[in-house]
Amino acid sequence: MATTATPETLPAHDDAHDLHSHADHKPPFFQRWFMSTNHKDIGTLYLIFAIFAGVVGGAISGIMRAELAEPGIQYLGWWTTFLGGDGANFDETLHLWNVLISAHGLIMVFFMVMPAVIGGFGNWFVPIMIGAPDMAFPRMNNISFWLTFVAFCSLMISAFVPGGTGNGAGTGWTVYAPLSTSGSPGPSVNFAIFALHLAGASSIMGAINFITTIFNMRAPGMTLHKMPLFVWSVLVTAFLLLLALPVLAAAITMLLTDRNFGTTFFDPAGGGDPILYQHLFWFFGHPEVYIMILPGFGIISQIVSTFSRKPVFGYLGMAYAMVAIGVVGFIVWAHHMYTVGLSVNEKMYFTAATMVIAVPTGIKIFSWIATMWGGSLEFKSPMWWALGFIFLFTVGGVTGVVLANGGIDDNLHDTYYVVAHFHYVLSLGAVTALFAGWWYWFPKMFGKMHSEFLSKLQFIVFFVGVNTLFFPMHFLGMQGMPRRYPDYTPAYTLWNEIATRGYEIMAISIVIFFINVFYSLIAGKKAAPNYWGEGATTLEWTLSSPPPFHQFETLPVIDDKAGAH
Amino acid sequence: MGIRRTVQYIAGAATTLALLPQAALAAVATTEAPVAEATEAAAEAAGGYVPMAPTDGKGMPVDGGVWFQDQYSPIGDYGAWMHDALLMPLITVISLFVLLLLLWVMVRYRRGKNPNPSKTSHNTLIEVIWTGVPVLILLGIAVPSIDLLAKQYESPPEDALTVKVNGYQWYWGYEYPDNGGFEVISNMLPEEEAIARGEPAQLAVDNRMVVPAGVPIRIQTIGMDVIHSFAVPSLWFKLDAVPGRLNEKALFIKEPGVYYGQCSELCGVRHGYMPITVEALPKEQFEAWVLEQGGELAGADEAAEAPAAAEEGDAEVTTEGEEPAAADVTTA
Repeated sequence: MATTATPETLPAHDDAHDLHSHADHKPPFFQRWFMSTNHKDIGTLYLIFAIFAGVVGGAISGIMRAELAEPGIQYLGWWTTFLGGDGANFDETLHLWNVLISAHGLIMVFFMVMPAVIGGFGNWFVPIMIGAPDMAFPRMNNISFWLTFVAFCSLMISAFVPGGTGNGAGTGWTVYAPLSTSGSPGPSVNFAIFALHLAGASSIMGAINFITTIFNMRAPGMTLHKMPLFVWSVLVTAFLLLLALPVLAAAITMLLTDRNFGTTFFDPAGGGDPILYQHLFWFFGHPEVYIMILPGFGIISQIVSTFSRKPVFGYLGMAYAMVAIGVVGFIVWAHHMYTVGLSVNEKMYFTAATMVIAVPTGIKIFSWIATMWGGSLEFKSPMWWALGFIFLFTVGGVTGVVLANGGIDDNLHDTYYVVAHFHYVLSLGAVTALFAGWWYWFPKMFGKMHSEFLSKLQFIVFFVGVNTLFFPMHFLGMQGMPRRYPDYTPAYTLWNEIATRGYEIMAISIVIFFINVFYSLIAGKKAAPNYWGEGATTLEWTLSSPPPFHQFETLPVIDDKAGAH
Repeated sequence: MGIRRTVQYIAGAATTLALLPQAALAAVATTEAPVAEATEAAAEAAGGYVPMAPTDGKGMPVDGGVWFQDQYSPIGDYGAWMHDALLMPLITVISLFVLLLLLWVMVRYRRGKNPNPSKTSHNTLIEVIWTGVPVLILLGIAVPSIDLLAKQYESPPEDALTVKVNGYQWYWGYEYPDNGGFEVISNMLPEEEAIARGEPAQLAVDNRMVVPAGVPIRIQTIGMDVIHSFAVPSLWFKLDAVPGRLNEKALFIKEPGVYYGQCSELCGVRHGYMPITVEALPKEQFEAWVLEQGGELAGADEAAEAPAAAEEGDAEVTTEGEEPAAADVTTA
């Protein structure tokens, strides 16, 4: 780290005795937030960043839902003009649509969910839960965050430079060749690819950091099989990141050279194959969806256990179910490609392999219910979110079993049924888990109690909103409405209009979220170390709220008999 | 199962045709007379083609519909059956089962009712059950699912009509290599015109893909610029049109009608504006349509030119002949 801190002070600062007396000594503002090496501060930065990106990505989907509320093109022209294009040029307005759907996907995946669950909650709570003072590589941690930030900037730049018909990359978040190569002249797609490179590098470094931390820095007595399930979930996620992202990096590097340096990896005219790109992309892309949801599983396990006042049922089964999901997640990728012209044997294999994932996922659902079975359930707001998660994730999961069948997917592929499915597991699954984790740990992170009432109100409004928004999409998909369409035949009007109303309801829940956050930060009561009571047994509840700037100067020793999970 | 043939890009239509000669030659002697008759009937009807008016709710989405479109192909019947009779009941039961369990524990084990939590955290038997039962359920799904896949990949008979679907930015081209290789270019109709013709907006096209009903068809797709996807929901058919790769799949349409579909792979600016209209006609009317397009009838062509072709040892030339088949037949 190039630093303005005087080198002479650093050795003193690292000195254990000095640290001891300065456990809560915080560096000045710029050093603290821009040159941070503290896992909790970096976690906070990640969370702020993820909320910001989530607002951007959510606003984009607002434009999309407004446009789709009725047939015809109503708003895109205005937005094209607003963004400096020619709103009267029909093709430019349609290009803007493709830019919006691409940006929404990329932002929500790479700049909202991943930074929030892994960068945010992972950074905040993995070291604490294993009894470590910080991450293994604090400076690499800092680079990870700022690379994410720069990656986001690169993606934003891509929206304002030429990408073919108009400004921006209109390739979909999957960036399929040849639409992303010969089909999209201009620098825009290069910027988008570069954004993915940086985000990928950031995540790979983050993954290395988590794996090293979890393997080497556990407190005495904290064996792997005693780690809280959230730590397990982040460990599995980190391995998925480490193995999947280099493949993405390779694929998009080939895109980049195809675009700029005359290679033909994906161009049949030069002996390449566009389907190769899809294989590489989805070899990354399928593990990626588990990267987004696994930490959510971990969060839900902590919450269900806490508010049932009972250890997680079938702990080992839960941990190894996540490992199994991670492993199987690497060998099912071509179910995203059922219609590209796979051979019958490939299609049969991927159908069978994909359905296998339902087994470990089922184990998790049933284990959560079994954890509550016989428990003493207290319905604090995180528990509402966790219960919502379990049900919504189940609904999203079972439509996945439908889509897993190659023969059924021949009808449903690339329709709104798929959109409904992955929003149920992500927008309703991962995001619900995010809010669950947020309200579970908010007072721990910021030292102020939130309003339980507002959090529960937010849950109700959110639950109604997202179901109104996404459930009708199953109907649209079964009726044949394709994805990524700015306009549609009038027969699809009813459910599209209802979906848009659902978006509006959901948007209200986000307003309630912000009211609660600001209300709590300003007027919230001071949070006790363990504000959830005796059900909360993991190590973060042994610390003050918020925890001291440096925790565990004396490492905690994990008692053999105490259930750490 | 050689249903999908991936061939090099350059070849295009010629490669498609190269697959056909043996079948065509074998058919020559036996089909001569019937084909001639059929051709006469077709010629009578020639000039009479008017685009079929769509039947409301058939081959298109319906207002506020919540289910699959009605299916008009055997594969569609099978797929819809599998979804309606097997998958849908199953996932409904599973979702409700989870919901009921959740509601039960919420009521039964709330703190007021059960202040002292049990300490149970393991039960091998129940864990084996909730691993094993899903495995059995999935095996139950896998059997018909694999069978459905096998059926979808059954090759069309060698003499099936071939329609080569070319995906362009942003329209479709339907090429009839068995019928002289003419290509029908199909663009979306503007909304007013679609409505004027009594067709659904965003789905209607100027020139339809016309095919015979009740006979096997071989659909081949290829992308001419980027990847497109040829999809018709009411026929349970979706196949990507990828540059450099000729994808092939059998299609059987049970009855005449108009079936709408839309491009289903993001292909750029006007991705949402390149719909598909398939018009299935009785065989004779289809043949009349072919003649009207300046095409030729596959069997008739070989009937007239097979001897010459046999001498030259090059059947491909005859199939690729530019002259309208009708003329050959009448002179023969």
